[in-house]
Amino acid sequence: MEKAVSGRVIGRTQFEDLVLVPLYAFVAALVLGAVVMFATGVDLATIGQSFVALVRGSVGSLNAVSETLTAAAPLVLAGLGLALGFRAGLFNIGAEGQVIMGGLAAVVAGVALGGMPAIVALPLSILAGALAGALYAGIAGWLRAATGAHEVISTIMLNLISYRLLDYLLRTPLIQKEGRDDPISKSIPEVAELPRLLTFIDVNLRVHAGIFLMLAMVAVAYWLLFRSKLGFEFRASGENAIAARFAGINAGMTIVLAMCVAGALAGLAGANQVLGVLDRATPGFSAGIGFDAIAVALLGRSHPVGVLFAGLLFGALEAGGRQMQVDAGVSIDLIGIIQALIIVFIAAPLLVRALFPWGFRRGPSKKEGS
Amino acid sequence: MQVELKGITKRFGSVVANNGVDLTIRPGEVLGLLGENGAGKSTLMNVLCGLYSPTEGEIIINGTPVRFEGPGDAIRAGIGMVHQHFMLIPVFSVAENVVLGIEPVGRFDHLDLETARTQVRRLSEEYGLSVDPDAIVETLPVGVQQRVEIIKVLFREADVLILDEPTAVLTPQEVDEFFQIVRSLCDTGKAIVFITHKLNEILEISDRISVIRRGEIVGSGDPKQLTRPDLAEMMVGHPVDFNVERAPFDPGEVILNVSDLTVLHDDGAIAVNRLSLQVRSGEVVGIAGVQGNGQSALIEALAGLRMPAGGIVLFDGTDITAASPRARHRMGIAHIPEDRQAAGLIGSFTVAENMVLDTYYDARFSRGGSIDWARVNAVAESAARDYDVRTPSIHSDAAHLSGGNQQKLIVARELSRDTRLLIAGQPTRGLDVGSIAYIHARLMAARDEGDGILIVSSELDEILSVSDRILVMFKGRIVAEYEPGKTPVDKGTIGLAMAGAAT
Ligand SMILES: Nc1ncnc2c1ncn2[C@@H]1O[C@H](COP(=O)(O)OP(=O)(O)OP(=O)(O)O)[C@@H](O)[C@H]1O
Ligand SMILES: [Mg+2]
Repeated sequence: MEKAVSGRVIGRTQFEDLVLVPLYAFVAALVLGAVVMFATGVDLATIGQSFVALVRGSVGSLNAVSETLTAAAPLVLAGLGLALGFRAGLFNIGAEGQVIMGGLAAVVAGVALGGMPAIVALPLSILAGALAGALYAGIAGWLRAATGAHEVISTIMLNLISYRLLDYLLRTPLIQKEGRDDPISKSIPEVAELPRLLTFIDVNLRVHAGIFLMLAMVAVAYWLLFRSKLGFEFRASGENAIAARFAGINAGMTIVLAMCVAGALAGLAGANQVLGVLDRATPGFSAGIGFDAIAVALLGRSHPVGVLFAGLLFGALEAGGRQMQVDAGVSIDLIGIIQALIIVFIAAPLLVRALFPWGFRRGPSKKEGS
Repeated sequence: MQVELKGITKRFGSVVANNGVDLTIRPGEVLGLLGENGAGKSTLMNVLCGLYSPTEGEIIINGTPVRFEGPGDAIRAGIGMVHQHFMLIPVFSVAENVVLGIEPVGRFDHLDLETARTQVRRLSEEYGLSVDPDAIVETLPVGVQQRVEIIKVLFREADVLILDEPTAVLTPQEVDEFFQIVRSLCDTGKAIVFITHKLNEILEISDRISVIRRGEIVGSGDPKQLTRPDLAEMMVGHPVDFNVERAPFDPGEVILNVSDLTVLHDDGAIAVNRLSLQVRSGEVVGIAGVQGNGQSALIEALAGLRMPAGGIVLFDGTDITAASPRARHRMGIAHIPEDRQAAGLIGSFTVAENMVLDTYYDARFSRGGSIDWARVNAVAESAARDYDVRTPSIHSDAAHLSGGNQQKLIVARELSRDTRLLIAGQPTRGLDVGSIAYIHARLMAARDEGDGILIVSSELDEILSVSDRILVMFKGRIVAEYEPGKTPVDKGTIGLAMAGAAT
């Protein structure tokens, strides 16, 4: 699709790659999910019921849509960051840690700015989240550029550090809620909250202004990747690091910047959670968003628009999964299985082609040329 | 074994790479296949070796039509191909590489390398290949690695061997040895298809020549009755001028002044040894030498990609020894990298994107942080036209261009900005005669406009035809210097210097 930028409509191969494979992967995962349920002794009626619940819980009502969007926003934000990293050839596993640091910074900023008007407090709190995420990811970028330490290892380690750091910081006087012994932060003052959008219809509708942040960031990421100089450098380094170096692109700088941008977006995801949904930080508030976002970025083919749709799908699965648990008594873990299966299928496009031959070009499936 | 291709057509989307090709391959014969870059030679051979399936047409072996579902089928039918880019595993031994994919196994799945070794030895003796089955591939010279590829094909009992531009990477001595091997293969009744762009080679070794142009066979003939100009004309469709036009030699001030330059390999070994040279405005300096005598390291150091261990590089009087590649670009130094696939282009980027790979940031194409793609497209469009880059559109992936057009794309990018000095590594490797003539003409035009040009090439003919001054590099040093304009030089003298006789 990036080719469309330079004037070409989406090609046949890209259509297969961006649309058909993910679509079929989703179908295959649903079917296999049903098989898993059946194998674990769930009867057919319940399986049917649970799929109905999945749809109802994700798009079946205004509340369902609100839940889907609420769940999708952080996944899309962090997913965009990971996608940018992938494009630059960086396999950043550290979004989870960056979400945590971003969320924590947003809490600190929000609490500190409690006396300010919303027009100041909210943007600054969001910004604090982005900044903290960027700096935290920047550590891994710098390690890679300066010492060659592989970002997969360093970001995993940074994740572990962030968990403990969170536990520790939540008990420090600056952050810990007054009069509590357990690790929990102060609450976000109203001025720093991402306002809920539909409370005038129903006070329980949780969808909040974070979805605008999400949409804005999709546009920003698209611009960055396909229109900006920086994005050109990211993509060039990711596609062919040697040629990029020969073209005078500074490899170390590109790595650090790509990590920082990725971290900023993950940090936004964290800020989005504490300012829009949770109202405070607690241990484990990141809830695996940073890891699910890896799947979202992969499913979205590291394309900002793809990430948006993938994030919405994962958000829908999460919202629907909760309904499934309520209606059919099926464990929400099944949703985790389905999400994982989607990724397995995405990673094995040849398997998908073999299972669903429809719509693909005929002929040998092996890559011709390179 | 006789193989016939009947009406082979291969399309990639809207690109017709082969169009109704008929070709016969006979045992005991070398068929030379000639054609411009992008004419469709590799595609045709990939169809024959089962890598691509033809859009139309059929392959007939000994009178029976066959269908290949993959390279495995073709090799079982006795057709094997040695690709232009070797497909060997560097850390494996020769024997291990040869058996890869069809490993002979004994009881309990035990890898029976002993048998493989014996067979490699036998094949090696039979065809005079002299390859040690236990040698580790990465320690072997390119010429020997190529023989390993040939053994691989022979081990699979191929009767038809397709050799796609096998001599492009060989030194002149290696080419001679290689031709002997081809001859001995032929004598045992193998059929050989030989692809090359070097007209004298194809005239020397082939029994029959077929010429392919824009996907169609446009002529065939007997090498004994053909000359180089004949072949060139058949290939291109009009006569090719082999002489390089140039203004009289009138060098200006010194642009590049390298003194005492020492450059190390990654492993710390000395690649360039206290080398000094100068390039003047309006001058083409050609560096001749057998590959591996430090030329690559020299170019990298001059382009800012490798930090010299000692010495000084002055450009227009400014010390640029430690300047970044980007800084050098800005000063007007252009660089055509030796390895165009790996270093000159990004295959998955479009022609337009590649056209601005090292200029996207400058004021012509960027405003603030964003790239003006409309402007890029317009410039790429006209550069592609000016430099005759043949591509379906500027939005096609660069990887899909033929080698010659990829190189023209790089030359277009490097020369279509303000340059003072051009550093070119193997600028015409793997290119057809038409493209070579074209690129040489472009280099000469740059020279006549007052650019300094430094060309490194292992192709002696090329060095001789373009250079105002020739330097011979051997073991990291300049060991001889010639000025063809003043005193005529012959290939033999330079060849000896290249082999180290001048030291
Ligand atoms: N996978 C592909 N997809 C699209 N077009 C292709 C593909 N492979 C080759 N082509 C096109 O088919 C044509 C023939 O290419 P081919 O590689 O066969 O040329 P060639 O004669 O081997 O050239 P060279 O001498 O440069 O190796 C070219 O125009 C090329 O751009
Ligand atoms: Mg070819």
